Amino acid sequence: MKDNKIEFRVNGETRIYEGDPLRRLLDVLREDLGLTGPKDGCGEGECGACSILLDGEVVNSCLIPVGTIQGQEVLTVEGLNETDQGKCIVEAYADAGAVQCGFCIPGMVMATEALLRKNPSPDEAAVRKAISGNLCRCTGYDQIVDAVLMAADRGKGLW
Amino acid sequence: MSHPISRSVRRKDAVDKAAGKCMYLSDLYPSAPLYGRCFYSSIARGRIVSRKLPPLPEGYWIVGASDIPGKNSLHMLIEDWPVFADTHVRYLGQIIYLVVGPDKQKILEILEAIEVEYEEETPCYTLEESAALVGGAQHGEDNVYTRYDINLGDIVEPFKKAARVLENEYYTGYQEHVYMEPQSMYGEWLDDSFVLHASAQCPYYIRKSLKGALGMDPEKIRVIQTATGGAFGGKEHFPDVLAGPLAVAVYKIRKPVKIVLDRKEDLAYTVKRHPSAVHFRTALDSDGNILAHDIDLRLDGGAFASCSAVVLARAVFTIGNVYNIPHIRVCGRAYCTNKPPSDAFRGFGAPQAVFAMESHMNYLACETGTDPLEYRQPYLFKQGDVTITEGRVHEKVLLPEMTERILEMSGYREKHEEYKNIPGKGIGLSYFLHGCGFTGNGERDLIKARIYLKKNEEDRVFIYGSNVEMGQGLMTTFCKVASRALDIPFDQVEYVQPDTAVVPDSGPTVASRSISVVGFLVQKAAEKLKDQWVSGQAQEIIQDYEPPEGLVEWDQDALKGDAYPAYSWGINVIEVEVDPVTCEVDTKGVWGVYDVGVPIDRQIVEGQINGGMVQALGYSHLEKLECRNGRFSQATMADYIIPTSMDFPSTQSDILDNPFEYGAFGAKGAGEMVFDGAAPAFTAAVSQAVDAVIDEIPVLPETIMELTDEGQ
Repeated sequence: MKDNKIEFRVNGETRIYEGDPLRRLLDVLREDLGLTGPKDGCGEGECGACSILLDGEVVNSCLIPVGTIQGQEVLTVEGLNETDQGKCIVEAYADAGAVQCGFCIPGMVMATEALLRKNPSPDEAAVRKAISGNLCRCTGYDQIVDAVLMAADRGKGLW
Repeated sequence: MSHPISRSVRRKDAVDKAAGKCMYLSDLYPSAPLYGRCFYSSIARGRIVSRKLPPLPEGYWIVGASDIPGKNSLHMLIEDWPVFADTHVRYLGQIIYLVVGPDKQKILEILEAIEVEYEEETPCYTLEESAALVGGAQHGEDNVYTRYDINLGDIVEPFKKAARVLENEYYTGYQEHVYMEPQSMYGEWLDDSFVLHASAQCPYYIRKSLKGALGMDPEKIRVIQTATGGAFGGKEHFPDVLAGPLAVAVYKIRKPVKIVLDRKEDLAYTVKRHPSAVHFRTALDSDGNILAHDIDLRLDGGAFASCSAVVLARAVFTIGNVYNIPHIRVCGRAYCTNKPPSDAFRGFGAPQAVFAMESHMNYLACETGTDPLEYRQPYLFKQGDVTITEGRVHEKVLLPEMTERILEMSGYREKHEEYKNIPGKGIGLSYFLHGCGFTGNGERDLIKARIYLKKNEEDRVFIYGSNVEMGQGLMTTFCKVASRALDIPFDQVEYVQPDTAVVPDSGPTVASRSISVVGFLVQKAAEKLKDQWVSGQAQEIIQDYEPPEGLVEWDQDALKGDAYPAYSWGINVIEVEVDPVTCEVDTKGVWGVYDVGVPIDRQIVEGQINGGMVQALGYSHLEKLECRNGRFSQATMADYIIPTSMDFPSTQSDILDNPFEYGAFGAKGAGEMVFDGAAPAFTAAVSQAVDAVIDEIPVLPETIMELTDEGQ
């Protein structure tokens, strides 16, 4: 395996990665950069706990080999939480009672941000569709749906 | 009128969790110095005849039975489950070795190179094979872990004079917990002690389980709970099973080791919900009234006992459900089979029992030509009625009010009538209850819960107990209870992270006991602290469990008395449409009305209701888990289907207050009861839609296809 130098941006900062290009982006974020917001729930792209935004699209970082993201922009929950949009979503999740064990929630928050960027005033059906790639075993999703609608309502003009 | 404590507050842990700042075990130690990974048996039953281990590079270890400093057994209820398989294996997936080292890839290579040769024995995979002692008895002389018999009244006479006897059998399948955070732990050797950090429900259970294996003073085994990303019973006893090998490895190597299961291992080798088979014979008079039930209840316990005895107890004590039937005989048995052990899972035997009873009530109603809702009414429990164990229903029973409320919310009566003439549409209803706390004298004689309440000089108050926050909101509800009893702001109270070196043993986080039993201790301690409050001074209250008064004394040998001090109650209605071609079921409406005493936080209880409902609908409809030749066929989360946000509509619910004298501010348990009723309501709805009796879950399209084909 040949080592490559890969340059990409994480939460607005340029990062240069030298090492195995097949390593999962999730591991690079967690182990090398200390960004533990994205969680390892299944390792096969089914649960969405590792969701991040890659050039604005929500993706499962457990399925992305780090070598494939040359020049791309990664946003994790840590970066999102520094923005007004991120704070609005996090507050809405807390107020709507959408958080129980919390393990899936950072991924849910990223899926929420991706939805609201495309559709700042979603209805319930649109919300359910947007978070359908993120599994939650605690909440039954109802209060997560409430949280997304609450964020959209409170954050009018942010997206 | 709601109690003021029910008004929702923002959960203490919500913002940190949503912002990704809450540190779960794998976040605390993202890259560990040493990783551990298990080598599992590849057959379901047999003798280990030879082992060939590869040469190990520097800094790698293979840890097994010969490294155990103490006994090769984990102490759960009994001590049958070995730390490492030594001479025999009893299920496919039993841990034989733990491979430890710094590089995950290298560990995989070592695992690949280990060769274990077996002499295979004939495994038993079903209840029938277990009862027939296929391959010889494995547990005792009859493969029965536990048998519980109940004889309420006398069934002989009613069966003699019965005008009709109806019988049927009901089956429930496996269910996997799928806590989103896989099993995770990190062990280290510090100051001559083994210190374990673990995602777990019961820190003191782990300590008890390791004591014999390590041959150490329990004070030298310290267990610290880390933020727990879901559990549902799956982190009640299974952490013992991973902590055993980890502890032996750390004892040997004296370096920190981390084990985090990957999802495939977690699905394949961790414990599951008990499959069940319940046979009912019912004696009816000439008007179709129930005279007596004769019930045979069997649970598939898998390869080791774990807590099957207690799950069986709850199933047996719940099988009468919400009905006052004076003559019931129950024979309950939990069997040993050569499959991964079955264990605790939200509801703990109650969902299986409720499914059987509610399905059977529908069957009786159908066979006697009676409306299923009307058929149930004469039997509903009232205050003072005698329970299946000859205890009493001490509390006021709100079932009539709850029935009225759910009929109004769901339109059940009108829809049930209308759908009789509309093929493909159906609506179903279920009643259920859940006993709060440990069975019988368990709280008084076994658990003996203790908590501390400490106040520092800044007048901040800290609650010390061993019950864990695992998503259910315990940290928040306990602090609400203390702050209200003390009449101080919520933010002035904190819940201390459970650590056996710091907190007293207030018991495990199980059995719908946390808020009703331990929460009550928090309230009592807070009331005492309020009386003694001296501002600016450090103060401490120790509060021990005291049993409620006025209960019918429990006799564990006779299984008579009050099995539980109080019950939580619920009614569910589910509405479905079934596609006539694909047999896909579309759930159109979901309703629930509940009595949880007093909800300590309305939003948190609604979270339990919604989450319990969807998890139970998954159990009813999506979560097929088959064990073939000892191996689960569903190997990944793409195969084992849990509900997504698209599968079920939102749950419409209401909660009626009914304060429990011995619960915190009147609270009873909520976390499990909300799971118990969805399955029979769902199958009743599908039954009406396809006009066929359904006696098994999960109900998959292929099941419906078979039923409707048979019908034609």
